[in-house]
Amino acid sequence: MDENGATKAAVQAICREHGNDRTRMLDILRDVQRRFGFVSDEAMDEVAEVTGCARIDVESVVSFYAFLSDRPQGRIVIRLCNDVVDELKGMPEVAAAFRRELGIAIGETTSDGFFTLAETPCIGMCDQAPAVLVNDVVVTDLDPDRVRRIVHRLRYNPDPSALVTEVGDGNNGHPLVRAMVRNNVRRAGEVIFSDRMAEAGLQQALRLTPERVIEQVKQSKLCGRGGAGFPTGRKWEFTRAAQGGPKYIICNADEGEPGTFKDRVLLTERPDLLFEGMTIAAYAIGASEGILYLRGEYAYLRRFLEHVLEERRRAGLLGQSILGVDGFDFDIRIQLGAGSYVCGEETALISSCEGQRGDPKNRPPFPAEKGFLGRPTCVNNVETLCKAARILEEGPDWFRQWGTESSAGTKLLSISGDCLRPGIYEVPFGVKLSDVLKLCGARDAGAVLVGGPSGRLVAPADFDERICFEELPTGGAIVVFDSSRDLLRIVSRYLAFFIDESCGHCTPCRVGNVLLKERIDRLRRGQGERSDLEYLERLARTIQATSRCGLGQTSPRLVECTLRDFRSLYEACLGRPDLELRPSFDIRAALRESEALVGRDSVYNWNEQSELPCRTTPSRL
Amino acid sequence: MMETVQEREQRQLNRKPRIATASLAGCFGCHMSVLDLDERILELAELVEFDRSPIDDLKDFTGPVDIGLIEGGCCNEENVRVLREFRKHCRILVSLGDCATMGGVPALRNTLSLQECFREAYCDGPTVYNPTGLIPNDPEIPLLLDRVYPCHEVVRVDYHLPGCPPSAESIWQTLTALLNNRPLDLPYELIKYD
Repeated sequence: MDENGATKAAVQAICREHGNDRTRMLDILRDVQRRFGFVSDEAMDEVAEVTGCARIDVESVVSFYAFLSDRPQGRIVIRLCNDVVDELKGMPEVAAAFRRELGIAIGETTSDGFFTLAETPCIGMCDQAPAVLVNDVVVTDLDPDRVRRIVHRLRYNPDPSALVTEVGDGNNGHPLVRAMVRNNVRRAGEVIFSDRMAEAGLQQALRLTPERVIEQVKQSKLCGRGGAGFPTGRKWEFTRAAQGGPKYIICNADEGEPGTFKDRVLLTERPDLLFEGMTIAAYAIGASEGILYLRGEYAYLRRFLEHVLEERRRAGLLGQSILGVDGFDFDIRIQLGAGSYVCGEETALISSCEGQRGDPKNRPPFPAEKGFLGRPTCVNNVETLCKAARILEEGPDWFRQWGTESSAGTKLLSISGDCLRPGIYEVPFGVKLSDVLKLCGARDAGAVLVGGPSGRLVAPADFDERICFEELPTGGAIVVFDSSRDLLRIVSRYLAFFIDESCGHCTPCRVGNVLLKERIDRLRRGQGERSDLEYLERLARTIQATSRCGLGQTSPRLVECTLRDFRSLYEACLGRPDLELRPSFDIRAALRESEALVGRDSVYNWNEQSELPCRTTPSRL
Repeated sequence: MMETVQEREQRQLNRKPRIATASLAGCFGCHMSVLDLDERILELAELVEFDRSPIDDLKDFTGPVDIGLIEGGCCNEENVRVLREFRKHCRILVSLGDCATMGGVPALRNTLSLQECFREAYCDGPTVYNPTGLIPNDPEIPLLLDRVYPCHEVVRVDYHLPGCPPSAESIWQTLTALLNNRPLDLPYELIKYD
């Protein structure tokens, strides 16, 4: 068989493994990528042929996801996390060391085809930054010295898992995980991390009718923990009431909000609690299938999670007639993502589960009515489902003892940045931000990012506000910046993140975020003028009001809140008042090329207004 | 007899509003559109006085001006100087037409390098005879900018009137609205271009 025929046969085999099912496109293409190091033209043709879809459908998926590539990649792909926190913790030096050791720039592959160097947004390791992904293996706490040793070792032994010489705490040391990742649970609260009777929540739920289960969750006032905060009980109720079936429960474990890593710890330490919560949700809404959408960056947890699912099937906690309840059949599969932030948005996540580009869908219809494959679907965050299981176990009143009027219970915070003790904190809703800062040892906080870059940058004057939906809502990300940090640079960096991660479907988000960044960078160069501030405010409002999904509806928030709460930083950037030429128009630079080509200087002295004698030398093109 | 301070102030209060116009990197089409006002140009002459403008051939400002109309974007340093003069002298500056607003046809060259433009214009163009291959560098010829800029990227501009050219009617409506200090509400037909 020629090479082309061999490729075809291999691709066919991969497709067959996934039932030649086009909704499993992401799995198929991930496997092709792993097998060949990229998805070639021939492979795309073959996948399209076998799964019965158009070639462009395959190509659009390949081009959408960061972890898929249509050009050959090195045998070892090193992805440097370019998150702001990693940068604060020394990523520039680490990146320089990688470039030096490998002799290539970011985005290049070594000539022997061995290494590829790439950048990737937050990989959920902010508490142990700077971190990189070496294929699927997470390497944390890097410094230039370690980079040298790592590259040396990889040249000697190309298996990245050999880089893990010391495993992290808890299940990070499980034989199926074996990661150097540390959990850093700094404050184990009562809801998530207390000792409990396994499956008590599920047993209690199965004693009740599905309606009663939903009632319990509603009474607990549990709201979604991914950031948006929609009441969980109502979501379940809508999905249960929706016509048609089968119904689906999807767990959103695509935590991509920069600075968030709580779900990673839950998946590592509380997978049973999560799957118990999913099973309860399935019982409540009448779902027969569940999907755990695991972000591609957490692929190292996959085998472990598959193992936990297998154990549960063996124990009768998944499969037919769960815990002996006739007619309650439910199972869970894992869908691995492939590096896309927007897939954390629930309709984009559904698109991704269906094997398409992670484009958000129009709403209505909401997923509760028409979600995965057009069927009623409930999408919940990892933490939400864990909490639901505990609520069924202990009762809604128990849960409501913590929190505020509209924010019941506790919240997991992922804290990173300029503080002594970065990590996971379970705190009751309503805790003051200043108390959180004391807990994590942030002594010189000049600004705190609450809720990630789509949240709010809080100024010291507001540190007494409380973490809750009423005041400072957050999906869990808290990033501390000390008073020496350049906040406008940070805003600009986060805008670059949104620009990269925009799916490109709607203009306000695709174009608007670029314009925001350009104008802020202009201000940072000292070329701004007062009217730019008004322009930024207006543009931010337009993007928020007219974008199609949560990405564009929240991406200008940092600009908006810093213009309000850190206005002096912007004012300090204003150039000379705009009486004559705009500060952003550089006449000297605009003339440079012309002067060189023509061979004489401008006859005008642009700094003064007097005219200068000119120099004349003929020039030849 | 010497004019008193009060008399001078009174004279300035009574004086007609002043208008200035210029065509930068444009085709004079927008100015032709001003002439399209036809008999209303007499009415305009009643309402205002023209300062620096090709219409009266005044080459310099005689003093402060109320409204400046700019046709065309900036393709060379001379344009920048004129535009800067306008910004200095005009209380309200209006970008008149598409070239002033976004560069227009001259900005087509923005996709090419300046060197390519020179080569085509002075060396390789089908009608060019230039055996020396020299490109003109007389100081009388203004230096080109690296690209064509819309006016608002060079100076602050208060209003943009789109159109290629804007119709006489929309110019008339704009001027009378500005002169009478009332809001401008152009009907859809006047700002619809396809």
